[in-house]
Amino acid sequence: MSVEPAIRVNGIEKSFSDTHVLRGVDVEIAAGSIFALLGSNGAGKTTLVRILSTLLKPDAGTALVHGFDVMAEPAKVRESISLTGQFAAVDDVLTGRENLVLVAKLRHLENPAGVADELLSRFGLSDAGSRRAATYSGGMRRRLDIAMGLIGNPPVIFLDEPTTGLDPQSRIEVWQTIRMLAGAGTTVLLTTQYLDEAEQLADRIAILHNGRIIQSGTLAELKKLLPPATREYIEKQPSLEDVFLALVGGGVSVATSLAAEKEDS
Amino acid sequence: MTTHILGDTRTLTARSLRHILRSPDTIVTTVVTPIALMLLFVYVLGGAIRTGSGDSYINYMLPGILLITIASGIAYTSYRLFLDMQSGIVERFQSMPIPRASVLWAHVLTSLAANTISLAVVIGVALLMGFRTGASLAAWLAIAGILLLFTLALTWIAVIAGLTAKSVDGASAFSYPLIFLPFISSAFVPTASMPGPVAWFAENQPVTSIVDTVRALFAGQPVGSGIWIALAWLVGMLVVAYALAVTIYRRKVT
Repeated sequence: MSVEPAIRVNGIEKSFSDTHVLRGVDVEIAAGSIFALLGSNGAGKTTLVRILSTLLKPDAGTALVHGFDVMAEPAKVRESISLTGQFAAVDDVLTGRENLVLVAKLRHLENPAGVADELLSRFGLSDAGSRRAATYSGGMRRRLDIAMGLIGNPPVIFLDEPTTGLDPQSRIEVWQTIRMLAGAGTTVLLTTQYLDEAEQLADRIAILHNGRIIQSGTLAELKKLLPPATREYIEKQPSLEDVFLALVGGGVSVATSLAAEKEDS
Repeated sequence: MTTHILGDTRTLTARSLRHILRSPDTIVTTVVTPIALMLLFVYVLGGAIRTGSGDSYINYMLPGILLITIASGIAYTSYRLFLDMQSGIVERFQSMPIPRASVLWAHVLTSLAANTISLAVVIGVALLMGFRTGASLAAWLAIAGILLLFTLALTWIAVIAGLTAKSVDGASAFSYPLIFLPFISSAFVPTASMPGPVAWFAENQPVTSIVDTVRALFAGQPVGSGIWIALAWLVGMLVVAYALAVTIYRRKVT
Protein backbone atom coordinates (compact mmCIF):
# COMPACT_ATOMS: atom_id res chain seq x y z
CA MET A 1 0.00 0.00 0.00
CA SER A 2 1.50 3.28 -1.05
CA VAL A 3 0.65 6.17 1.22
CA GLU A 4 -0.15 9.43 -0.56
CA PRO A 5 1.98 12.27 0.86
CA ALA A 6 0.06 14.79 2.96
CA ILE A 7 1.71 17.68 1.16
CA ARG A 8 3.18 17.67 -2.33
CA VAL A 9 4.77 20.85 -3.66
CA ASN A 10 6.05 21.16 -7.23
CA GLY A 11 7.98 24.10 -8.64
CA ILE A 12 6.33 26.78 -6.51
CA GLU A 13 7.51 30.29 -7.34
CA LYS A 14 6.53 33.58 -5.78
CA SER A 15 7.79 37.13 -6.23
CA PHE A 16 6.91 40.31 -4.40
CA SER A 17 7.49 43.28 -6.72
CA ASP A 18 11.18 42.84 -7.53
CA THR A 19 12.19 40.22 -4.97
CA HIS A 20 12.03 36.62 -6.10
CA VAL A 21 11.22 34.96 -2.76
CA LEU A 22 10.54 31.40 -3.91
CA ARG A 23 12.36 30.18 -7.03
CA GLY A 24 10.93 26.74 -7.59
CA VAL A 25 10.30 24.82 -4.40
CA ASP A 26 9.74 21.06 -4.56
CA VAL A 27 8.93 19.09 -1.47
CA GLU A 28 6.93 16.07 -0.31
CA ILE A 29 5.78 15.53 3.22
CA ALA A 30 4.66 12.10 4.40
CA ALA A 31 1.36 11.85 6.26
CA GLY A 32 1.72 11.70 10.03
CA SER A 33 5.27 13.01 10.10
CA ILE A 34 6.87 16.13 11.52
CA PHE A 35 8.62 18.03 8.77
CA ALA A 36 10.85 20.95 9.63
CA LEU A 37 11.51 23.72 7.17
CA LEU A 38 14.73 25.43 8.17
CA GLY A 39 15.90 28.77 6.94
CA SER A 40 17.22 32.10 8.06
CA ASN A 41 14.97 35.15 8.36
CA GLY A 42 13.62 36.13 4.97
CA ALA A 43 14.38 32.75 3.39
CA GLY A 44 10.75 32.42 2.31
CA LYS A 45 9.50 29.94 4.92
CA THR A 46 6.47 32.03 5.82
CA THR A 47 5.68 32.71 2.16
CA LEU A 48 5.58 28.96 1.49
CA VAL A 49 3.35 28.35 4.52
CA ARG A 50 1.02 31.15 3.43
CA ILE A 51 0.75 29.61 -0.03
CA LEU A 52 0.02 26.17 1.42
CA SER A 53 -2.64 27.63 3.72
CA THR A 54 -4.38 29.42 0.77
CA LEU A 55 -3.59 32.92 2.04
CA LEU A 56 -1.36 33.67 -0.94
CA LYS A 57 -1.44 32.58 -4.56
CA PRO A 58 1.79 31.28 -6.09
CA ASP A 59 3.06 32.74 -9.37
CA ALA A 60 3.90 29.28 -10.71
CA GLY A 61 3.90 25.65 -9.65
CA THR A 62 1.38 23.41 -7.93
CA ALA A 63 0.76 22.41 -4.35
CA LEU A 64 -1.48 19.66 -3.03
CA VAL A 65 -2.45 19.62 0.62
CA HIS A 66 -4.26 16.51 1.87
CA GLY A 67 -4.90 15.68 -1.80
CA PHE A 68 -6.46 19.06 -2.66
CA ASP A 69 -4.97 21.67 -4.97
CA VAL A 70 -4.43 24.96 -3.11
CA MET A 71 -5.37 26.98 -6.19
CA ALA A 72 -8.30 24.92 -7.50
CA GLU A 73 -9.89 23.75 -4.25
CA PRO A 74 -8.95 26.27 -1.56
CA ALA A 75 -12.13 25.59 0.43
CA LYS A 76 -11.27 21.87 0.69
CA VAL A 77 -7.73 22.73 1.72
CA ARG A 78 -9.01 25.05 4.45
CA GLU A 79 -11.12 22.23 5.83
CA SER A 80 -8.01 20.04 6.09
CA ILE A 81 -5.56 22.43 7.71
CA SER A 82 -4.93 24.76 10.53
CA LEU A 83 -2.42 27.58 10.66
CA THR A 84 -0.74 28.56 13.89
CA GLY A 85 2.15 30.73 14.87
CA GLN A 86 3.84 33.90 13.78
CA PHE A 87 0.96 35.38 11.84
CA ALA A 88 -2.12 33.70 13.25
CA ALA A 89 -3.47 35.50 16.25
CA VAL A 90 -5.65 34.90 19.27
CA ASP A 91 -8.32 37.44 20.18
CA ASP A 92 -6.94 39.45 23.11
CA VAL A 93 -10.29 40.83 24.17
CA LEU A 94 -11.84 37.39 24.52
CA THR A 95 -10.97 34.92 27.28
CA GLY A 96 -9.03 31.78 26.46
CA ARG A 97 -12.22 29.75 26.64
CA GLU A 98 -14.11 32.19 24.41
CA ASN A 99 -11.34 32.01 21.82
CA LEU A 100 -11.68 28.21 21.72
CA VAL A 101 -15.49 28.33 21.63
CA LEU A 102 -15.30 30.84 18.76
CA VAL A 103 -13.16 28.53 16.63
CA ALA A 104 -15.26 25.48 17.56
CA LYS A 105 -18.40 27.33 16.41
CA LEU A 106 -16.71 28.41 13.19
CA ARG A 107 -15.77 24.76 12.57
CA HIS A 108 -19.44 23.88 13.19
CA LEU A 109 -18.76 21.35 15.93
CA GLU A 110 -21.53 19.85 18.02
CA ASN A 111 -20.53 20.94 21.50
CA PRO A 112 -18.28 24.03 21.38
CA ALA A 113 -18.20 24.49 25.15
CA GLY A 114 -17.21 20.85 25.73
CA VAL A 115 -14.49 21.07 23.06
CA ALA A 116 -13.15 24.22 24.71
CA ASP A 117 -13.07 22.65 28.17
CA GLU A 118 -11.32 19.55 26.92
CA LEU A 119 -8.61 21.58 25.19
CA LEU A 120 -8.15 23.94 28.14
CA SER A 121 -7.39 21.03 30.41
CA ARG A 122 -5.22 19.28 27.81
CA PHE A 123 -3.09 22.41 27.45
CA GLY A 124 -2.94 23.23 31.15
CA LEU A 125 -5.03 26.36 30.72
CA SER A 126 -8.10 25.40 32.76
CA ASP A 127 -7.33 27.91 35.52
CA ALA A 128 -6.65 30.66 33.00
CA GLY A 129 -9.65 29.83 30.82
CA SER A 130 -11.83 32.65 32.10
CA ARG A 131 -9.10 35.29 31.85
CA ARG A 132 -8.68 37.49 28.81
CA ALA A 133 -5.99 36.29 26.44
CA ALA A 134 -4.33 39.71 26.71
CA THR A 135 -3.24 38.77 30.25
CA TYR A 136 -1.52 35.53 29.15
CA SER A 137 2.23 35.01 29.11
CA GLY A 138 3.95 34.33 25.78
CA GLY A 139 3.97 30.59 26.40
CA MET A 140 0.30 30.47 27.41
CA ARG A 141 -0.68 32.47 24.32
CA ARG A 142 1.20 30.10 22.08
CA ARG A 143 -0.40 27.09 23.74
CA LEU A 144 -3.84 28.69 23.32
CA ASP A 145 -2.94 29.44 19.71
CA ILE A 146 -1.98 25.82 19.06
CA ALA A 147 -5.06 24.57 20.93
CA MET A 148 -7.24 26.74 18.65
CA GLY A 149 -5.50 25.12 15.71
CA LEU A 150 -6.38 21.61 16.87
CA ILE A 151 -10.13 22.18 17.01
CA GLY A 152 -11.90 19.97 14.52
CA ASN A 153 -8.84 17.69 14.26
CA PRO A 154 -7.45 18.95 10.95
CA PRO A 155 -5.15 16.31 9.45
CA VAL A 156 -2.46 18.86 8.52
CA ILE A 157 -1.11 21.55 10.82
CA PHE A 158 1.20 24.41 9.86
CA LEU A 159 3.25 25.79 12.71
CA ASP A 160 5.04 28.93 11.61
CA GLU A 161 7.95 29.57 13.99
CA PRO A 162 5.95 28.27 16.94
CA THR A 163 8.66 28.95 19.52
CA THR A 164 10.08 32.26 18.33
CA GLY A 165 10.20 34.65 21.24
CA LEU A 166 9.38 32.04 23.89
CA ASP A 167 11.37 31.40 27.05
CA PRO A 168 13.06 27.99 27.40
CA GLN A 169 10.31 26.42 29.53
CA SER A 170 7.53 27.50 27.19
CA ARG A 171 9.59 26.24 24.30
CA ILE A 172 9.79 22.79 25.84
CA GLU A 173 6.05 22.84 26.50
CA VAL A 174 5.40 23.62 22.86
CA TRP A 175 7.77 20.84 21.78
CA GLN A 176 5.87 18.35 23.94
CA THR A 177 2.63 19.46 22.32
CA ILE A 178 4.03 19.01 18.83
CA ARG A 179 5.26 15.49 19.63
CA MET A 180 1.83 14.67 21.04
CA LEU A 181 0.22 15.83 17.78
CA ALA A 182 2.42 13.77 15.52
CA GLY A 183 1.93 10.81 17.83
CA ALA A 184 -1.79 11.07 17.12
CA GLY A 185 -1.22 10.92 13.34
CA THR A 186 -1.37 14.60 12.44
CA THR A 187 1.02 15.84 9.76
CA VAL A 188 3.00 18.78 11.07
CA LEU A 189 4.87 21.26 8.90
CA LEU A 190 7.04 23.29 11.19
CA THR A 191 9.11 26.29 10.19
CA THR A 192 11.92 27.35 12.43
CA GLN A 193 15.16 29.21 12.49
CA TYR A 194 16.37 27.22 15.48
CA LEU A 195 18.47 24.30 14.35
CA ASP A 196 18.11 22.42 17.63
CA GLU A 197 14.34 22.62 17.31
CA ALA A 198 14.44 20.81 13.98
CA GLU A 199 16.92 18.34 15.42
CA GLN A 200 14.71 17.58 18.40
CA LEU A 201 11.37 17.28 16.66
CA ALA A 202 11.55 16.57 12.98
CA ASP A 203 11.34 13.26 11.16
CA ARG A 204 12.63 15.01 8.08
CA ILE A 205 14.30 18.37 7.62
CA ALA A 206 14.52 20.60 4.57
CA ILE A 207 16.72 23.64 4.25
CA LEU A 208 15.23 26.57 2.35
CA HIS A 209 17.87 28.95 1.07
CA ASN A 210 17.69 31.62 -1.62
CA GLY A 211 14.21 30.53 -2.59
CA ARG A 212 14.98 26.85 -3.12
CA ILE A 213 15.13 23.70 -1.02
CA ILE A 214 18.85 23.10 -1.16
CA GLN A 215 18.84 19.88 0.85
CA SER A 216 16.37 17.62 2.57
CA GLY A 217 16.38 14.33 4.42
CA THR A 218 16.42 12.83 7.87
CA LEU A 219 18.82 14.22 10.42
CA ALA A 220 21.08 11.19 9.89
CA GLU A 221 21.07 11.69 6.12
CA LEU A 222 21.91 15.35 6.48
CA LYS A 223 24.73 14.52 8.87
CA LYS A 224 26.20 12.14 6.30
CA LEU A 225 26.69 15.09 3.95
CA LEU A 226 29.63 16.13 6.08
CA PRO A 227 32.85 14.12 6.36
CA PRO A 228 32.57 11.29 8.93
CA ALA A 229 32.76 12.42 12.50
CA THR A 230 36.15 12.47 14.10
CA ARG A 231 36.30 11.21 17.66
CA GLU A 232 37.40 13.66 20.28
CA TYR A 233 37.10 13.38 24.00
CA ILE A 234 35.69 16.43 25.66
CA GLU A 235 34.41 17.06 29.12
CA LYS A 236 30.59 16.94 29.26
CA GLN A 237 29.66 20.45 30.32
CA PRO A 238 26.07 21.36 31.15
CA SER A 239 24.70 23.90 28.67
CA LEU A 240 23.50 27.24 29.97
CA GLU A 241 19.98 26.02 29.21
CA ASP A 242 20.50 23.02 31.53
CA VAL A 243 21.75 25.33 34.25
CA PHE A 244 18.90 27.79 33.76
CA LEU A 245 16.25 25.10 33.86
CA ALA A 246 17.83 23.40 36.88
CA LEU A 247 17.86 26.69 38.76
CA VAL A 248 14.36 27.89 37.96
CA GLY A 249 12.81 24.41 38.08
CA GLY A 250 10.01 23.21 35.81
CA GLY A 251 10.66 21.39 32.58
CA VAL A 252 13.91 20.05 34.03
CA SER A 253 12.96 16.43 33.64
CA VAL A 254 12.15 17.08 30.02
CA ALA A 255 15.40 18.91 29.45
CA THR A 256 17.48 16.14 30.90
CA SER A 257 15.58 13.44 29.06
CA LEU A 258 16.08 15.37 25.84
CA ALA A 259 19.75 15.59 26.61
CA ALA A 260 19.76 11.84 27.17
CA GLU A 261 18.06 11.21 23.83
CA LYS A 262 20.65 13.36 22.18
CA GLU A 263 23.46 11.27 23.61
CA ASP A 264 21.78 8.04 22.52
CA SER A 265 21.49 9.06 18.92
CA MET B 1 -19.53 26.29 2.56
CA THR B 2 -22.00 28.98 1.49
CA THR B 3 -24.63 27.26 3.62
CA HIS B 4 -22.73 28.48 6.65
CA ILE B 5 -22.55 32.13 5.65
CA LEU B 6 -25.38 33.23 7.96
CA GLY B 7 -24.23 31.16 10.92
CA ASP B 8 -20.59 32.17 10.55
CA THR B 9 -21.49 35.84 10.14
CA ARG B 10 -23.57 35.59 13.30
CA THR B 11 -20.72 33.94 15.22
CA LEU B 12 -18.22 36.57 14.08
CA THR B 13 -20.65 39.43 14.76
CA ALA B 14 -21.19 38.12 18.29
CA ARG B 15 -17.42 38.20 18.69
CA SER B 16 -16.99 41.85 17.73
CA LEU B 17 -20.12 42.91 19.64
CA ARG B 18 -18.41 41.42 22.66
CA HIS B 19 -15.47 43.73 21.96
CA ILE B 20 -17.85 46.68 22.25
CA LEU B 21 -19.45 45.37 25.45
CA ARG B 22 -15.97 44.95 26.96
CA SER B 23 -14.88 48.46 25.99
CA PRO B 24 -18.02 50.61 26.36
CA ASP B 25 -15.68 53.61 26.20
CA THR B 26 -15.95 53.32 22.41
CA ILE B 27 -19.64 54.24 22.74
CA VAL B 28 -18.88 56.96 25.29
CA THR B 29 -16.22 58.63 23.14
CA THR B 30 -18.50 58.36 20.12
CA VAL B 31 -21.32 60.28 21.81
CA VAL B 32 -19.19 62.82 23.70
CA THR B 33 -18.47 65.02 20.66
CA PRO B 34 -22.06 65.24 19.38
CA ILE B 35 -23.41 65.89 22.87
CA ALA B 36 -20.79 68.59 23.50
CA LEU B 37 -21.66 70.21 20.15
CA MET B 38 -25.32 70.05 21.04
CA LEU B 39 -24.70 71.79 24.39
CA LEU B 40 -22.46 74.37 22.70
CA PHE B 41 -24.89 75.21 19.91
CA VAL B 42 -28.03 75.21 22.02
CA TYR B 43 -26.77 77.04 25.12
CA VAL B 44 -23.96 79.22 23.71
CA LEU B 45 -24.25 79.92 19.99
CA GLY B 46 -27.85 79.03 19.31
CA GLY B 47 -29.30 82.18 20.87
CA ALA B 48 -27.71 84.27 18.13
CA ILE B 49 -28.66 81.98 15.25
CA ARG B 50 -31.78 82.87 13.26
CA THR B 51 -33.04 79.78 11.51
CA GLY B 52 -36.10 81.46 10.08
CA SER B 53 -38.30 78.61 11.30
CA GLY B 54 -40.57 79.07 14.27
CA ASP B 55 -39.17 75.87 15.79
CA SER B 56 -36.80 75.64 18.76
CA TYR B 57 -33.11 75.57 17.86
CA ILE B 58 -32.51 72.06 19.20
CA ASN B 59 -35.26 70.75 16.95
CA TYR B 60 -33.51 72.52 14.08
CA MET B 61 -30.03 71.11 14.68
CA LEU B 62 -30.65 67.57 15.98
CA PRO B 63 -30.65 65.96 12.48
CA GLY B 64 -27.15 67.33 11.85
CA ILE B 65 -25.98 66.15 15.26
CA LEU B 66 -27.24 62.65 14.49
CA LEU B 67 -25.18 62.56 11.29
CA ILE B 68 -22.11 63.74 13.24
CA THR B 69 -22.74 60.93 15.74
CA ILE B 70 -22.68 58.36 12.94
CA ALA B 71 -19.58 59.91 11.36
CA SER B 72 -17.67 59.67 14.64
CA GLY B 73 -19.01 56.19 15.38
CA ILE B 74 -17.74 54.62 12.17
CA ALA B 75 -14.17 55.67 13.03
CA TYR B 76 -14.25 52.75 15.47
CA THR B 77 -15.46 50.38 12.76
CA SER B 78 -12.38 51.16 10.76
CA TYR B 79 -10.21 50.97 13.89
CA ARG B 80 -11.52 47.51 14.83
CA LEU B 81 -11.12 46.19 11.30
CA PHE B 82 -7.59 47.59 11.08
CA LEU B 83 -6.60 45.90 14.35
CA ASP B 84 -8.05 42.59 13.17
CA MET B 85 -6.08 42.81 9.92
CA GLN B 86 -2.94 43.82 11.79
CA SER B 87 -3.08 41.23 14.57
CA GLY B 88 -3.41 38.27 12.22
CA ILE B 89 -6.85 37.18 13.42
CA VAL B 90 -8.19 37.82 9.91
CA GLU B 91 -5.49 35.51 8.53
CA ARG B 92 -6.55 32.84 10.98
CA PHE B 93 -10.17 33.17 9.87
CA GLN B 94 -9.11 33.09 6.24
CA SER B 95 -7.14 29.90 6.63
CA MET B 96 -10.34 28.33 8.01
CA PRO B 97 -13.36 27.18 6.01
CA ILE B 98 -15.31 30.39 6.65
CA PRO B 99 -17.00 32.37 3.84
CA ARG B 100 -14.71 35.34 3.31
CA ALA B 101 -17.60 37.81 3.17
CA SER B 102 -18.57 36.86 6.74
CA VAL B 103 -15.48 38.54 8.16
CA LEU B 104 -16.42 41.93 6.63
CA TRP B 105 -20.15 41.64 7.26
CA ALA B 106 -19.51 40.92 10.93
CA HIS B 107 -17.76 44.28 11.20
CA VAL B 108 -20.53 46.02 9.24
CA LEU B 109 -23.30 44.57 11.43
CA THR B 110 -21.34 45.46 14.56
CA SER B 111 -21.04 49.01 13.25
CA LEU B 112 -24.83 49.18 12.79
CA ALA B 113 -25.40 47.94 16.33
CA ALA B 114 -22.86 50.31 17.91
CA ASN B 115 -24.23 53.32 15.99
CA THR B 116 -27.80 52.45 16.94
CA ILE B 117 -26.82 52.56 20.60
CA SER B 118 -24.95 55.86 20.15
CA LEU B 119 -27.89 57.43 18.29
CA ALA B 120 -30.29 56.33 21.02
CA VAL B 121 -28.06 57.92 23.67
CA VAL B 122 -27.79 61.20 21.73
CA ILE B 123 -31.55 61.34 21.08
CA GLY B 124 -32.11 60.67 24.80
CA VAL B 125 -29.90 63.62 25.76
CA ALA B 126 -31.63 65.80 23.16
CA LEU B 127 -35.00 64.94 24.72
CA LEU B 128 -33.64 66.03 28.12
CA MET B 129 -32.51 69.30 26.52
CA GLY B 130 -35.97 70.02 25.22
CA PHE B 131 -36.09 68.31 21.83
CA ARG B 132 -39.71 67.56 20.94
CA THR B 133 -41.21 65.89 17.90
CA GLY B 134 -44.68 65.14 16.71
CA ALA B 135 -43.40 62.61 14.18
CA SER B 136 -45.79 59.78 13.37
CA LEU B 137 -44.72 56.15 13.49
CA ALA B 138 -44.29 56.22 9.70
CA ALA B 139 -42.10 59.31 9.96
CA TRP B 140 -39.98 57.64 12.67
CA LEU B 141 -39.55 54.58 10.45
CA ALA B 142 -38.53 56.82 7.56
CA ILE B 143 -35.99 58.59 9.80
CA ALA B 144 -34.66 55.23 11.01
CA GLY B 145 -34.37 54.07 7.40
CA ILE B 146 -32.45 57.18 6.34
CA LEU B 147 -30.08 56.96 9.33
CA LEU B 148 -29.58 53.25 8.61
CA LEU B 149 -28.66 53.98 4.99
CA PHE B 150 -26.31 56.77 6.09
CA THR B 151 -24.65 54.45 8.65
CA LEU B 152 -24.28 51.67 6.08
CA ALA B 153 -22.78 54.01 3.46
CA LEU B 154 -20.31 55.49 5.95
CA THR B 155 -19.54 52.05 7.38
CA TRP B 156 -18.43 50.79 3.98
CA ILE B 157 -16.26 53.89 3.63
CA ALA B 158 -14.83 52.97 7.04
CA VAL B 159 -14.17 49.43 5.76
CA ILE B 160 -12.10 50.91 2.91
CA ALA B 161 -10.14 52.94 5.46
CA GLY B 162 -9.66 49.96 7.77
CA LEU B 163 -8.42 47.76 4.92
CA THR B 164 -6.01 50.27 3.44
CA ALA B 165 -4.70 52.15 6.50
CA LYS B 166 -1.02 51.87 7.30
CA SER B 167 -1.37 52.92 10.94
CA VAL B 168 -3.97 53.03 13.69
CA ASP B 169 -4.12 56.82 13.38
CA GLY B 170 -4.75 56.60 9.65
CA ALA B 171 -7.52 54.09 10.25
CA SER B 172 -9.58 56.62 12.21
CA ALA B 173 -8.38 59.98 10.83
CA PHE B 174 -10.40 59.53 7.63
CA SER B 175 -13.56 60.25 9.62
CA TYR B 176 -12.61 63.87 10.47
CA PRO B 177 -13.75 65.34 7.14
CA LEU B 178 -16.97 63.33 7.43
CA ILE B 179 -17.57 64.73 10.92
CA PHE B 180 -16.88 68.22 9.58
CA LEU B 181 -19.17 68.00 6.55
CA PRO B 182 -22.42 68.82 8.43
CA PHE B 183 -20.96 72.22 9.46
CA ILE B 184 -20.92 73.31 5.81
CA SER B 185 -24.53 72.36 5.28
CA SER B 186 -27.95 73.39 6.45
CA ALA B 187 -27.42 71.45 9.70
CA PHE B 188 -26.69 74.41 11.99
CA VAL B 189 -27.53 77.55 10.01
CA PRO B 190 -29.63 78.13 6.89
CA THR B 191 -27.46 77.99 3.77
CA ALA B 192 -28.93 81.31 2.61
CA SER B 193 -26.79 83.08 5.24
CA MET B 194 -23.54 81.80 3.66
CA PRO B 195 -21.49 83.62 0.97
CA GLY B 196 -22.20 82.50 -2.61
CA PRO B 197 -19.67 79.71 -3.32
CA VAL B 198 -19.97 78.26 0.20
CA ALA B 199 -23.75 78.31 -0.05
CA TRP B 200 -23.49 76.56 -3.43
CA PHE B 201 -21.32 73.84 -1.94
CA ALA B 202 -23.56 73.50 1.11
CA GLU B 203 -26.68 73.17 -0.99
CA ASN B 204 -25.19 70.57 -3.29
CA GLN B 205 -23.48 68.24 -0.85
CA PRO B 206 -25.29 65.17 0.52
CA VAL B 207 -25.66 66.30 4.14
CA THR B 208 -28.02 69.21 3.37
CA SER B 209 -30.65 67.12 1.60
CA ILE B 210 -30.44 64.41 4.28
CA VAL B 211 -30.65 66.93 7.14
CA ASP B 212 -33.57 68.80 5.52
CA THR B 213 -35.46 65.55 4.99
CA VAL B 214 -34.96 64.29 8.55
CA ARG B 215 -35.84 67.73 9.94
CA ALA B 216 -39.09 67.78 7.96
CA LEU B 217 -39.93 64.25 9.12
CA PHE B 218 -39.32 65.18 12.78
CA ALA B 219 -41.46 68.30 12.38
CA GLY B 220 -44.28 66.34 10.76
CA GLN B 221 -44.02 68.42 7.59
CA PRO B 222 -44.08 67.24 3.97
CA VAL B 223 -40.60 66.20 2.81
CA GLY B 224 -41.11 67.34 -0.78
CA SER B 225 -38.78 66.25 -3.54
CA GLY B 226 -35.76 66.67 -1.22
CA ILE B 227 -36.16 63.11 0.02
CA TRP B 228 -35.40 61.76 -3.45
CA ILE B 229 -32.19 63.77 -3.64
CA ALA B 230 -31.29 62.49 -0.16
CA LEU B 231 -32.03 58.88 -1.13
CA ALA B 232 -30.07 59.21 -4.37
CA TRP B 233 -27.03 60.45 -2.41
CA LEU B 234 -27.39 57.71 0.20
CA VAL B 235 -27.81 54.84 -2.25
CA GLY B 236 -25.10 56.27 -4.51
CA MET B 237 -22.56 56.56 -1.69
CA LEU B 238 -23.48 53.11 -0.42
CA VAL B 239 -23.09 51.41 -3.80
CA VAL B 240 -19.78 53.10 -4.62
CA ALA B 241 -18.29 52.53 -1.15
CA TYR B 242 -19.45 48.91 -1.07
CA ALA B 243 -18.07 48.14 -4.52
CA LEU B 244 -14.73 49.74 -3.68
CA ALA B 245 -14.46 48.03 -0.30
CA VAL B 246 -15.22 44.60 -1.72
CA THR B 247 -12.74 45.08 -4.57
CA ILE B 248 -9.98 46.11 -2.16
CA TYR B 249 -10.83 43.22 0.18
CA ARG B 250 -10.67 40.67 -2.64
CA ARG B 251 -7.31 42.00 -3.73
CA LYS B 252 -6.04 41.86 -0.15
CA VAL B 253 -7.14 38.40 0.83
CA THR B 254 -6.55 36.14 -2.16
